[in-house]
Amino acid sequence: MANVMAVLEQRDGTFKRVSHEALTAARGLADAMGGEVHALVIGPTGMGSGGLGEFGADKVFVAADDAFELYQGDAYAAAVQAQAGGGYAAVIIPATALGRDLAPRVAARLGCPLATDVTTVAHDGGVVVTRPAYGGKAIYTLKNTASSCVISLRPNAVSPAQSSKAGAMEMVAASVGAARARTIEVKQPERAALDVAEASVVVAGGRGLKDAEGFKLIEDLAEAVGGAVGASRAVVDAGWRPHAEQVGQTGKTVSPSLYFAVGISGAIQHLAGIRTAKVIVAINKDADAPIFKVADYGIVGDLFEVMPRLTEEINKIREG
Amino acid sequence: MKIAVCVKRVPDSEARIKVGADKTSIDESGVKFTLNPYDEYAVEEALKLKEAAGSGEVVVVSVGGDAAQETMRTALAMGADRGILLKTDAVGLDPLPVARALAAELKDGGYDLILFGKVAIDDYNHGVGVMVAELLELPCASAITELEIGDGKGKAEREIEGGVEVVEFDLPGVITADKGLNEPRYPALRGIMLAKKKPLEVKDASLEADGLEVVGLAPPPERKEGRIVGEGVAAVPALVDALRNEAKVL
Ligand SMILES: Cc1cc2nc3c(=O)[nH]c(=O)nc-3n(C[C@H](O)[C@H](O)[C@H](O)COP(=O)(O)OP(=O)(O)OC[C@H]3O[C@@H](n4cnc5c(N)ncnc54)[C@H](O)[C@@H]3O)c2cc1C
Ligand SMILES: Nc1ncnc2c1ncn2[C@@H]1O[C@H](COP(=O)(O)O)[C@@H](O)[C@H]1O
Repeated sequence: MANVMAVLEQRDGTFKRVSHEALTAARGLADAMGGEVHALVIGPTGMGSGGLGEFGADKVFVAADDAFELYQGDAYAAAVQAQAGGGYAAVIIPATALGRDLAPRVAARLGCPLATDVTTVAHDGGVVVTRPAYGGKAIYTLKNTASSCVISLRPNAVSPAQSSKAGAMEMVAASVGAARARTIEVKQPERAALDVAEASVVVAGGRGLKDAEGFKLIEDLAEAVGGAVGASRAVVDAGWRPHAEQVGQTGKTVSPSLYFAVGISGAIQHLAGIRTAKVIVAINKDADAPIFKVADYGIVGDLFEVMPRLTEEINKIREG
Repeated sequence: MKIAVCVKRVPDSEARIKVGADKTSIDESGVKFTLNPYDEYAVEEALKLKEAAGSGEVVVVSVGGDAAQETMRTALAMGADRGILLKTDAVGLDPLPVARALAAELKDGGYDLILFGKVAIDDYNHGVGVMVAELLELPCASAITELEIGDGKGKAEREIEGGVEVVEFDLPGVITADKGLNEPRYPALRGIMLAKKKPLEVKDASLEADGLEVVGLAPPPERKEGRIVGEGVAAVPALVDALRNEAKVL
């Protein structure tokens, strides 16, 4: 049977958008093969799993155990292995911080190929995926030749589609397995920031902001558009911004619907992280800056003048 | 401490990537290759741990062709003690065969710690390090930005969306290094000279068949030609209008 499993990620009872994207990708693949979509939810006892039916799972397996309160790589991998061991054409896992750790564990345990950061999933005589490589400078099309495979799906690559199928919920035994490493705590920053890799709007700043204080302009616009703050490596290395915000080859890859590059020159390593953004806006005082070559819209000018005005205009729209 | 670091030879991050005539691989002519940047963090961390311990050995291991030796010499020039090249003609896209070859080599090596980069910037798999840990049934902390080793234990931090996970494990263990873990040293001239004489063992390795067949490799879709909406503050209304009514993203 050519069924597809989607492993869903939830935090505090809310499913991440990429979980719905994984279900949508799984639905498309399962339909092409005449199989079913089985969702697997891993989390602490008493977690919510509402709203999943709308995204087209035929069955929803819930593995609940207090050992799953925090992400535990060994325990989560054991849980997926126990549920997926029966043989799925593909096991789809979101390519988040959690999924990037979990997916290779599962593939190693199942002994099957792993395709990561996948942007499309299809069926053509086998499971066929596309995935960027070489910092987004080339795209591979790969076909799985084994009976099963593990796929990690890049956030924002697939548009989540609703489906009327309401899958039956089934509690499954939580197979925790042996813990080789233990996650003992999650340190939260004082103000939990929206993550650049997950946000649908990103406002990123570079060395053009002059100093750490300059980023107030970036934060203000990010707040106005409900987006996340991003940064170039130059400003991360200078200590103005945390590494978690770095976008690019040695930072995060982002695929938002709107990306603002403010005071960022557009070095090739930065562009590696933003190639799949839908719309790129560049604000830079240098008309020859390479960022304008990839930007959909650009303003040539002094960001210290342009940014306050832009934030003001957008706030007006929001309020109006 | 006996430490292994797995390193990969990859195209430089600046390199222009052209698809080869076979349409399934890149055209390597004129492409400069380097040590994977994340593996530099792994090498640096290994050297720091050895220095802190006052004794030990840092062994670099790579799966690849003869050219990988040059990459390994970079790690030796940074200060690693010796290298093992698991020689093979072609490394595929599925990380599992490479992980299996490395695991087989590392299994009985008596290593206290095995380090990897978080990801190789060519295939972008994020796979090999975690897989090796699984295959060897060792504890693993991936994509870490902090590491403390002491009393046979490790404590690591990894950045997740909106927070930092703290992971503890007993040695032997596996970690994969993210940017932020340290500042890799540059090989000094003396190091480069010394590296030439350091032992580099070459073993034949035959990888298992790759489960992922490359159907094609293509350049990314061209971005639609953009436009400058204007200069300075005066251009702001036109930009906002374009974002709302043309691109429909506001
Ligand atoms: C292996 C490797 C990996 C790397 N990985 C990354 C990565 O992941 N991410 C990344 O970003 N970089 C990465 N880099 C670094 C990259 O090469 C660049 O150095 C970096 O992106 C430059 O950052 P920047 O654009 O902020 O600074 P700069 O290149 O200095 O650009 C600043 C820009 O601000 C503009 N500006 C200045 N003042 C104003 C003003 N008042 N108004 C408007 N515009 C103004 C300037 O015209 C300029 O274009 C990597 C490099 C290497 C070698
Ligand atoms: N061919 C290889 N030889 C040695 N180490 C490798 C090889 N490929 C990957 N690695 C290691 O595994 C890490 C992750 O690689 P990848 O899974 O390909 O993204 C790299 O940073 C290296 O430390």
